[in-house]
Amino acid sequence: MQKSSWRPWALLAPSLTAVFLLLLVPLCFIVVYSFWLRAPTGADIAAFQLGNYKKFAADFFYPSILLRTIRVAFETVVLCLLMGYIPAYFFYRSKTRHKSVLLLLIMIPFWISFIIRTLSWINILGDTGLINHVLVRVGIISEPLNMLYNEGAVLMGLIQYLLPFMILNVYVSLEGIDKSLLEAARSLGCTEWQAFREVTLPLSLPGVSAGCLLVFVLTSGTYLPPMILGGPRNEMIANLIFKRVIGTLDWPFGSAISVVLLTLLIIIIYTYNRYLGINQIFKSLQ
Amino acid sequence: MFRISGWSLIRLYTLLVYIFMFAPIVAVVILSFNPQQFGSFPMQGFSFQWYLKLVQNEAILSAFKNSLLLGSLTAVTVTAVAIPAAMAFVRYDFPGKNTLNTLLLTPIMIPEVVLGVALLLFIRWLQQPKSFLLLLMGHVVITLPYVLLVVQARLVGIKRVYEEAAMSLGANPLQTFKEITLPLLTPAVLAGMLFSFTISFDDVTATLFWATAQNQTVPVKIFGMLRNSISPEINALGTVMIVLTISTPLIAGYLIRKFARGGTIN
Repeated sequence: MQKSSWRPWALLAPSLTAVFLLLLVPLCFIVVYSFWLRAPTGADIAAFQLGNYKKFAADFFYPSILLRTIRVAFETVVLCLLMGYIPAYFFYRSKTRHKSVLLLLIMIPFWISFIIRTLSWINILGDTGLINHVLVRVGIISEPLNMLYNEGAVLMGLIQYLLPFMILNVYVSLEGIDKSLLEAARSLGCTEWQAFREVTLPLSLPGVSAGCLLVFVLTSGTYLPPMILGGPRNEMIANLIFKRVIGTLDWPFGSAISVVLLTLLIIIIYTYNRYLGINQIFKSLQ
Repeated sequence: MFRISGWSLIRLYTLLVYIFMFAPIVAVVILSFNPQQFGSFPMQGFSFQWYLKLVQNEAILSAFKNSLLLGSLTAVTVTAVAIPAAMAFVRYDFPGKNTLNTLLLTPIMIPEVVLGVALLLFIRWLQQPKSFLLLLMGHVVITLPYVLLVVQARLVGIKRVYEEAAMSLGANPLQTFKEITLPLLTPAVLAGMLFSFTISFDDVTATLFWATAQNQTVPVKIFGMLRNSISPEINALGTVMIVLTISTPLIAGYLIRKFARGGTIN
């Protein structure tokens, strides 16, 4: 480690400037704008009033979208965990030579465009999609089932987007477990299942919780799967922001909703960091 | 006996998860060859007509050009910004180091939709029009944490002794970096560039806020084409994107390994 008073700051200057100007300052603007007024003509008027937040809380419509966002994010977390833990455990225990290929394979969806992955579910779930085609052909149903534009379809899109994050987080923390601990447990008479329950599972919890947080945060800020795969009743808070800002150009209200979303996430991340530490998350991304 | 059956269940489960992850992607590729007007099952033959249509579509070609340019510029800019920052965090000690390191990684945790609104609002307040520069700056912020993580991780693995040897032989810090550190860092730099290129090339959530009709990227174009139904043309475009985004890291991974063979001493 070198000690130099100015060198590290000179090295950090470009990145700190970028994050300051392109992230922190714009975020302050959102907060300031959320107190502004929108004139009936559509112009924004500088003001300090809580109208936008009152509008958000006024009737049940907006809070219910917030609650739905939390619920869907929670469902996505649980499903990703159920679908992700076992494959991660498989990679960890597998002795096959093709392990790196299998890991690479699960990373591939990471690289594929989010919008392509999202709309690809239309080919599977749509009225003329794969599942309906097969079911009709086999003769199980005569009319295609409606599988699109509901919460289930949205969840499919979300899981496919976020599962690699979960698998990777769990896998990284499993890989970090000292294998001699397992051998010790086995030699002391634990069955395979007991050794898993008493040693592997508890030691993998940091990765599990990091994966859960990441999935929750990413779900609550996304609008594409609800927009493409969901119906009007599946909109989440990010859809609301998108509509207000891109659709009706209502900047102050859009900003207020963004502040609400940001506050929710800050509370969650703060609580998480307080008890579990945030750095585990960044580990898996390396 | 239990062990074998338990393990095979785990294998089966993993296989099912793979199918879940890949079935929709495979369907996109298959349906892109469907000559039918509506991109749906059953297949009615095999044709390249939708690819031909893509090549003749000026708007899509220009979106491709934009995406490639934006991705490359993002990769170069963000790497140039991230390398010095990683050097500062790994090689120096200074007050507030951990806080600043976390600060530079926060863009990962900020929802892109909020980032999209925030930056757009800022630009509006500055009374600047949406431009290519806005897209570039936005993409730099989005990709910075990922590149920083990759470069930092690699830098930790490069032993200080090589740099110290160079210094003791009279090289100044800049020369040391250029002659010793940077060559050792090359694999991470390439990986970081690739990572940021792909993220930039694929990003849609924030980009939809920043893009204009003149500055469309491919995902934004796809979003525009997507109304109610999914056409075979979208499937074809999707296939092109899939092939591109899968082959780039594979080819680059091969190149990095080839590069690294000459340079790894850690």
